[in-house]
Amino acid sequence: MTFPYLSALLFLPLCGAVVVALLGRRRSDAIRWTGLAASLAALGVAAVVFLRFASGTAGMQFEERAVWVPAAGISYHVGVDGISLPLVLLTAVIMPLALLSSWTSVTERVKEFTVSMLVLQTALLGTFLSLDLVLFYVFWDAVLVPMYFIIGLWGGSRRAYAAFKFILYTMAGSALMLVAIISLYLQSGPAGARSFDLLALRDVVVPMPLQAWLFGAFALAFAIKVPVWPLHTWLPDAHTEAPTAGSVVLAAVLLKMGTYGFLRFLLPLFPEATRQFAPLFAILAVIGILYGGAVSWAQSDMKRLVAMSSVSHLGFVTLGAFALTVEALQGSLLQMVNHGISTGGLFLLVGVLYDRTHSRLMADYGGVAALMPRFAVVATIIMLSSMALPGTNGFVGEFLILLGAFRVAPIYVVFAVGGVILSAVYLLWMYQRVMHGPVVVAARPRVVEITSRELLIFVPLILLIFGIGLYPAPLLQRSEASVRALLERVEARR
Amino acid sequence: MPLVLIIAFPLLGWLLNGLLGGYLPRRMVGVVGSAAVGFSFLIALNAVQQPERAEPWVVPLYTWIAAGDFVVRAGLLLDRLSSTMILVVTGVGFLIHVYSIGYMAEDPAAPRYFSYLNLFVASMLLLVLGDSLLVLFVGWELVGLCSYLLIGFWFERDRAASAGRKAFVVNRIGDAGFLLGMILLAVTAGTLDIGRIGERAASIAPPALTAITLLLFIGATGKSAQLPLYTWLPDAMEGPTPVSALIHAATMVTAGVYMIARLHPLFMRAELTQMVVAAVGAATAFFAATIALVQWDLKRVLAYSTISQLGYMFLAMGVAAMPAGMFHLTTHAFFKALLFLAAGSVMHAMHGAIDMRRLGGLGRPLRFTMWSFLIGALALAGVPPFAGFFSKDLILEQAFLRADGGAVLLLWMAGVLTSLVTAVYITRAAIMTFAPPSAHHVAPHEAPPSMWWPMAALAVLSIGGGALGAQSAGRPMVQGLQEFFGLTAHEGAAAPLWLALLTPAVALLGIAVGYFAYRGRRQINLGRVGTFLELEWYLEPLYDRVIAGNAKRVGRVLATTVELRVIDGAVNGIGLAAVRAGASLRRLQTGYVRNYAAAILAGTVLLIGWWLLR
Repeated sequence: MTFPYLSALLFLPLCGAVVVALLGRRRSDAIRWTGLAASLAALGVAAVVFLRFASGTAGMQFEERAVWVPAAGISYHVGVDGISLPLVLLTAVIMPLALLSSWTSVTERVKEFTVSMLVLQTALLGTFLSLDLVLFYVFWDAVLVPMYFIIGLWGGSRRAYAAFKFILYTMAGSALMLVAIISLYLQSGPAGARSFDLLALRDVVVPMPLQAWLFGAFALAFAIKVPVWPLHTWLPDAHTEAPTAGSVVLAAVLLKMGTYGFLRFLLPLFPEATRQFAPLFAILAVIGILYGGAVSWAQSDMKRLVAMSSVSHLGFVTLGAFALTVEALQGSLLQMVNHGISTGGLFLLVGVLYDRTHSRLMADYGGVAALMPRFAVVATIIMLSSMALPGTNGFVGEFLILLGAFRVAPIYVVFAVGGVILSAVYLLWMYQRVMHGPVVVAARPRVVEITSRELLIFVPLILLIFGIGLYPAPLLQRSEASVRALLERVEARR
Repeated sequence: MPLVLIIAFPLLGWLLNGLLGGYLPRRMVGVVGSAAVGFSFLIALNAVQQPERAEPWVVPLYTWIAAGDFVVRAGLLLDRLSSTMILVVTGVGFLIHVYSIGYMAEDPAAPRYFSYLNLFVASMLLLVLGDSLLVLFVGWELVGLCSYLLIGFWFERDRAASAGRKAFVVNRIGDAGFLLGMILLAVTAGTLDIGRIGERAASIAPPALTAITLLLFIGATGKSAQLPLYTWLPDAMEGPTPVSALIHAATMVTAGVYMIARLHPLFMRAELTQMVVAAVGAATAFFAATIALVQWDLKRVLAYSTISQLGYMFLAMGVAAMPAGMFHLTTHAFFKALLFLAAGSVMHAMHGAIDMRRLGGLGRPLRFTMWSFLIGALALAGVPPFAGFFSKDLILEQAFLRADGGAVLLLWMAGVLTSLVTAVYITRAAIMTFAPPSAHHVAPHEAPPSMWWPMAALAVLSIGGGALGAQSAGRPMVQGLQEFFGLTAHEGAAAPLWLALLTPAVALLGIAVGYFAYRGRRQINLGRVGTFLELEWYLEPLYDRVIAGNAKRVGRVLATTVELRVIDGAVNGIGLAAVRAGASLRRLQTGYVRNYAAAILAGTVLLIGWWLLR
């Protein structure tokens, strides 16, 4: 028997959470270090999985399966392929950074916070690794609980409203998905031979009207999570009110649950419905790209601006997912990672400023670049990544999406490039208002250069930005076979 | 010598000054920056001169992107076209780096300045040498980034920061076109490799070819500040003056011209696009020259002049006179860089003053600067034997021959008229700046040697550079490019003699007009025409108020009304409806057993009734 890498990865954060729970409440430093150690250990395992992952293989790797509820055909079944691998790695990279970012900003209930973050990590990894629909659903909903607490306990002034809206909105989506999962189970065969296993369900042909309904139920849950326009209004509130670490994880990883769901469930389980509804999603995606960009421009709160920009960026990811070409899907997958890096980075940047002045309003800043020159360099790089400047990670993903979508329907791309312009407009606007111009005197004494700990958070992000931008092959190669196989599946049942 | 080194040196300089510049002595910073580009220039000289390099030299680097059928192999391509360009970029670039040592000597942010400037040179070389259109695009965007960073170099000033942002955004609008064109090209030709594009150009359907080239040209109008996307370049003068010389005159802004030359197999097959390119070029040339007439800021005169001269280059590209266009690109790099450096020398002497109304009388104290400026001005005006004469004359000659009495003749006339206006505005600028009486109380001092010898070198090039394309000198550069573009020279159908005499005559006429109109630094009120020109033919209010203002308003309306009231209003409305429904349903829960019993009874009766009557 080989070493159960995925289980180790999955449960390392949870074990960390247990250890933290056993530590004394006053030992904040020990709690922080334990949390960081657990997430770093998970990162180590994820890195091993990434390196040992066989490129060119379409199927699941590192699979583990254990029967859980035999009577109902439920099992603990995990595995990783080219589609989940990038997101698993992204989760593993972001978590330690998020914990580091809250090192000094979270001072109350450190223990509960750390436990929540670690439980959240296990739930997120579980969502990406599960190959059994019940297991998936458990992890999917388990994500909500720690996130609810993170927003509701450590958030900003309107945190109660934001947390409540977040959990109600996303639960409303996932409730219907549960119905669809059960319905799918009933379609999977005669009584006694039914299964919740994703790999088995992929071969079940669901007849058309029902397939469209099930597609709709899954799609709603995922579309809310992404979020696809116009189901996005939970996002600006949740992102804005969450503490920095919460916003980072929300933007970098949580939103990808939705787009991952598109690729993992909608496309292979409901190929006919996918093809039928793809234009609808593409149109919503393009609206989201333009709308998110335009609305971002009009914000005065930095976090809200970054949050709205996610609607625009995730529009690109959605467009890529439903373009149903190899380039677009590869780009979409890459862009999920890229958005995690760049938008996660943007939230971290805002967090650095917020820690100093406790303001998120652009009007309270000015000339910060003169006071924090190193920070200005970091901010420039992350901003460029977010606006997909060639040479950074964002460009490769965005270009592949646009190219792949163009093959199918040029008209979407003609409009989508408007988002390319808008991203420069709102990001440079924010950058100028905060970093340039005369120094705002009121904030001056507290605005000091970033510390080494803060810099340490950004170094991995910067390396990834240029690494992926200049040499995306390690990611693209690993996902290519799975993406091709997925598209064959969608095209096969014509 | 590996060709990659030509880019690696400035990159190294960028990292060195960027990371460690703060620890180096100020003077060292400039020396490191200049040396990095100096080495590049030496490598470029060496690479260009090797005899076996008559054939295109491709240096493959690595596979950058591979997804599905789409593969981009990054590599460098040195051929006749890119050879010309790397010499200009590294040569003029080196001179301007040296000039900057003196110019930026007092600025504490010099390390940041030199690191950006080095990054610019590296990016520009990548743009020039990229053997795939996508690699070219990387350079294209990076030079735009450097331009943004350097325009906003003194970011504490709001005007500088806004100018940088404007440059970036306007360029992005052009880049959207570039991106679409590139994607359409990748989908139709199946490759973005420049060599292969040439091979497959003939097989692309004409409508697609027209669309591709027009979209790419939109990108060119952004980067090269042509109508309608020219507005960022005058504002870009907020940056340090050597930056204006290098980026916003000699090199980056010519990238659009270069891109068309690079993709000549596509553009030469797309006739409609060629007409558009020529028309936009000629229109911009005239348009910008007229605006230059009414500017008071010396650098803005030069900025509009650059826009205008770039228009000539596009006119050349459009009438299939690409060698002439590249020739003018080269001479323009010499004389316009010279003009800017002279203007910088004026600013340096006058503690930053650049409004010509506050200058005057500088000819005596700044004798060297004045002569440099005059040499540049004569070259710009197109007076023989200065370099600009040969290249502009060649463009106009070719446009005339190409027109052959047709509609292109109008473009040729616009070019001749522009030539007249050019001579007037540069004469005006020279008089306002250097002629007495002076309008200030400063005792100006001439620039240090590190600043004047690059000017001297450029002055020599502005005088002698015409030899690269002069008939009497055998036209070494034009001849070579003629072969490269696969064009047959119009040698047989030589231009009539009157044509050859026309351009210098027009230039001299313009200088005379300018001299008599502005002698003694007279300020002329052009009345309504003046207002019209100051408002940039009313394009400025159109852009600022109508387009930018309304775009912002749309964003606000979406963010407030649509986002908060309509979409989120609906979401919260559903939530509220659920709460209200719950509240009203709660009234059913009275807690009285008799009410529940009555309800059960009613339900039972209804059910039984339904069963019976069904």
